[in-house]
Amino acid sequence: MTTVAAKAAKSGAKPATMAQALTRAMRDAMAEDPTVHVMGEDVGTLGGVFRITDGLAKEFGEDRCTDTPLAEAGILGAAVGMAMYGLRPVVEMQFDAFAYPAFEQLISHVAKMRNRTRGAMPLPITIRVPYGGGIGGVEHHCDSSEAYYVATPGLHVVTPATVDDAYGLLRASIASDDPVIFLEPKRLYWSKADWSPEAPTAVPGIGKALVRRTGRSATLITYGPSLPVCLEAAEAAREEGWDLEVVDLRSLVPFDEDTVVESVRRTGRAVVVHEANGFGGPGAEIAARVTERCFHHLEAPVLRVTGFDIPYPPPMLEKHHLPGVERILDTVARLQWEN
Amino acid sequence: MTVQELPGAGASHRPTPPPAWRPRTDAAPLLPDPEPYRVLGTPAADRLDPALMRRCYAELVRGRRYNAQATALTKQGRLAVYPSTVGQEACEIAAALVLEDQDWLFPSYRDTLAAVARGLDPVQALTLLRGDWHTGYDPREHRIAPLSTPLATQLPHAVGLAHAARLRGDDVVALAMVGDGGTSEGDFHEALNFAAVWQAPVVFLVQNNGFAISVPLAKQTAAPTLAHKAVGYGMPGRLVDGNDIAAMHEVLTEAVRRARAGGGPTLIEAVTYRMEAHTNADDATRYRGDAEVEAWKAHDPVDLLERELTARGILDEAGIQEARDAAETMAAELREGMNADPVLDPMDLFAHVYAEQTGRLREQAAMLCAELDAEGDA
Ligand SMILES: Cc1ncc(C[n+]2csc(CCOP(=O)(O)OP(=O)(O)O)c2C)c(N)n1
Repeated sequence: MTTVAAKAAKSGAKPATMAQALTRAMRDAMAEDPTVHVMGEDVGTLGGVFRITDGLAKEFGEDRCTDTPLAEAGILGAAVGMAMYGLRPVVEMQFDAFAYPAFEQLISHVAKMRNRTRGAMPLPITIRVPYGGGIGGVEHHCDSSEAYYVATPGLHVVTPATVDDAYGLLRASIASDDPVIFLEPKRLYWSKADWSPEAPTAVPGIGKALVRRTGRSATLITYGPSLPVCLEAAEAAREEGWDLEVVDLRSLVPFDEDTVVESVRRTGRAVVVHEANGFGGPGAEIAARVTERCFHHLEAPVLRVTGFDIPYPPPMLEKHHLPGVERILDTVARLQWEN
Repeated sequence: MTVQELPGAGASHRPTPPPAWRPRTDAAPLLPDPEPYRVLGTPAADRLDPALMRRCYAELVRGRRYNAQATALTKQGRLAVYPSTVGQEACEIAAALVLEDQDWLFPSYRDTLAAVARGLDPVQALTLLRGDWHTGYDPREHRIAPLSTPLATQLPHAVGLAHAARLRGDDVVALAMVGDGGTSEGDFHEALNFAAVWQAPVVFLVQNNGFAISVPLAKQTAAPTLAHKAVGYGMPGRLVDGNDIAAMHEVLTEAVRRARAGGGPTLIEAVTYRMEAHTNADDATRYRGDAEVEAWKAHDPVDLLERELTARGILDEAGIQEARDAAETMAAELREGMNADPVLDPMDLFAHVYAEQTGRLREQAAMLCAELDAEGDA
């Protein structure tokens, strides 16, 4: 079952990219709520290096879609002050690895302001971070930095894998009264689905995982850029006699344990798949939780397919690093556990 | 206007906001004068406003007493730590007094006194340092941002808030405080640059008290003065005697006025001295000599004003006694407030992480609850 099939039936649906859905989400949020402000490097005239903010400055003016000086801590720090005054800043970090200068603002202030002030001063900031590899980018353009974010209490961390979710989750993030790290799988920017910008689908809010494909023999737990890879692997696995269920987390914080646990209890086997390094990565946490809650249902240990524990490799070698269909299938085969 | 009324409505002080981006038009020169600006003991003191100066004096005396009381509370174990501002009271108080109700103060970890002078309850102001919560007050109530411990990180917040207010057409100025050491941080640079590019209504007040813990200014910067740093950003830099409250008040008032009128940000360096150790955990004798401290005693901010005002007949013995009595009353109330053990609810640990608790936090809250029940039964 795919959402694309479901979409095709919808009136007015035609192929749209994830990039278009993201732009539309910001546009609609800005039109509905004058407190929504987009800011970042090159987001105005250029529309961002990925063109995700295309047209926003033209439509809403440069006070609402602002080219800032080139300074990530300054951008996020200014967004904190703007949020303190009642605005809803949507911050674009140009690339995953260029968000690091802003980490102090993120961790010491953005994530903690609600807590420090006993709830008196929540910060509704959305931080959009294009992340992950697979685009042949040079060094510092392909990090999967989600482990840093999920380790920080006070932040929500979400990542869409479909055109639908790109719209819905971004709207939900902008509407959230808490700061949200919105991770955009940059290699899916140009992925398409039948989707109508005129009648965007309502999506479940932040914190809900979805079963993207039902199956009986094992569960693949994944998110973001690895979802299409997992769906492909699930198709290929049919030949091997495996009927794989695929769960798309969509939100890493909060983590929808119930959907995951329910699936794994049904299938009895689980593999977590993500691009980020394995050691200390989100998969480690997910595997631990699944083991704790599904121990008596498990036929095999929870396995992981992740990026290697190496700095992101140069473009000509990245294919060896990224979890692909073959590696997923090999790991699934190991679920035929015998001790 | 209060910011709580946001979003949307809210009466504006200024119906048509000036555009957020435009080149600097203010004629104020960028380079600071080579000598710190002074009023007390100079002919400029002829134009002192007696009522204002009596108020400044009362606040200075109260501030000095507050510092003494808070320091005493650390010795009694009532406060985990207190970074004293003895010697720096004129900066702290002038910063609070020049702001209007709708303006915002962005203090650093040392600036409890500025928050109290702005009207924050003296006990509430100390709960961060006592350790019962990270910020003991609602920032919107007094328009005082939480005291910021990571150095200089509050400066970009001040810029963002002032910028947001301007975009909304509200008449709001943000005054942000930082130490001399904090000016070496990247956030200081980014905040000043943003403020100047956006022409945001912000005043940056650097209290140059000679040291960042143990490191003297000469090892912090090679700039002629910290006020010189303004030039590179395109904003006026002002050098002022931080122990002269009349000079502080005048220079800050001028900067606030310029910001309010759309003239953009100002960087002010107040030259002052930290008379006590960095905090009670610090041993100042390791990095400075008594002679230096003694020399600064002769330039004490409270004495300076008291001398000037009594010489001019603006203040008499009765006035001095009145200020001291008021300070004693404040100190007694502070002692009493701080000697009461705070009532803490451990469940608060989970209450303010997210608007809605995550399943994980609910689970952990239940675990703590069970532990507390077990303790209660034991
Ligand atoms: C980012 C950061 N680095 C280090 C510290 C530790 N620290 C606390 S106060 C201080 C010295 C600050 O000196 P200065 O900025 O001159 O302010 P003052 O203490 O003199 O008021 C240091 C290094 C800190 N709080 N934040």
